[in-house]
Amino acid sequence: MSEIHDFLRTSPLAGVMLTLLGYRVGLEVKKLTHHHPLAQPVLIAVLVIGPLLWLLDVDYDEYLTGGSVIAFFLGPATVALAVPLHRQAHHLRKLLLPMLIAIPVGTVVSVVTGLLLVRALGGDHELELTMAPKSATTPIAIQITEQVGGIAAMVAVFTIAAGILGAVAGPTVMNWLRIRDHRARGLAMGAVSHGVGTSRSLHDHPTEGAFAGLSMGLTALATSIVVPLVVHMLG
Amino acid sequence: MINGLVWLLVFQTVGELLARGLDVPVPGPVIGMLLLFVALQLRNAPESAGVLRVSDAMLRHLQLLFVPPAVGIITYFAAIRDDAVPMVGALVGSWLAGLVTVGLLVTLFTRRRGGAEK
Repeated sequence: MSEIHDFLRTSPLAGVMLTLLGYRVGLEVKKLTHHHPLAQPVLIAVLVIGPLLWLLDVDYDEYLTGGSVIAFFLGPATVALAVPLHRQAHHLRKLLLPMLIAIPVGTVVSVVTGLLLVRALGGDHELELTMAPKSATTPIAIQITEQVGGIAAMVAVFTIAAGILGAVAGPTVMNWLRIRDHRARGLAMGAVSHGVGTSRSLHDHPTEGAFAGLSMGLTALATSIVVPLVVHMLG
Repeated sequence: MINGLVWLLVFQTVGELLARGLDVPVPGPVIGMLLLFVALQLRNAPESAGVLRVSDAMLRHLQLLFVPPAVGIITYFAAIRDDAVPMVGALVGSWLAGLVTVGLLVTLFTRRRGGAEK
């Protein structure tokens, strides 16, 4: 019995299967709720897999033996974001200037408000530094956090949470604000919710998806420049 | 399809090498994305190209790929609970501020420029 348990813990099989199972449940719930915004497959998958890991007495690192097999494809999938952008390239020339203004300004706003809100709400200095880069895509946010002295393991939690928040609530908030231009919606989503938000944009509209992917890349670059400057001034 | 997947990995590899070689603070796959975009534009790739088909297939299930890192959030449950107010408050507040800023700025500029063209 324990031999079987050990096999499941050390082989990537269980992690891959659990991930696919959780995601499959997520897709099913999405269909059943007629694409309710809360029914994001990634969110439901976490809610399914979390308790299962606890029940099966498997810790996160053991799960990652299989989980990382799936997460590996995040790299090529990011490269693949060139394809929706290629199809929407005719929008690019007109958007170049607005984009080159909005994304740096948006990045400064994200970083400054992240840092100051932690301070205002009673968080410590380390938490301020960890919150600052949370709009960048996860690998870059980790790199920046290490550079300025935050908690690298924690920033991944913030970036993923910001991503899920975007997938769940981003389009609704933009509807309230009457931001209807698909290019503006995509750029805004990519600037605060990176790849997870982009996945929602791709399902909503091809133009939104294309610009979300592009915005994610530009925001990563902008964040890495802005965070050290802001920390220097406000830290 | 296999050709397309190989191309994605080739562009990712070139991106990773450039990111490290030039020491730029952008993820390798993002550089790979920009390079692939330029290549697709230059070659005017048709819809039947393998890269396009494999990319569409992968991006349809992009959320699946985020499941393993997202599951990691539960390991920090205790830390989040202990510091919930600054963590959740700053995250949501700052996320909202960034979203609104970019969304409204782009809307403002595109409207103004659109108006000037008429």
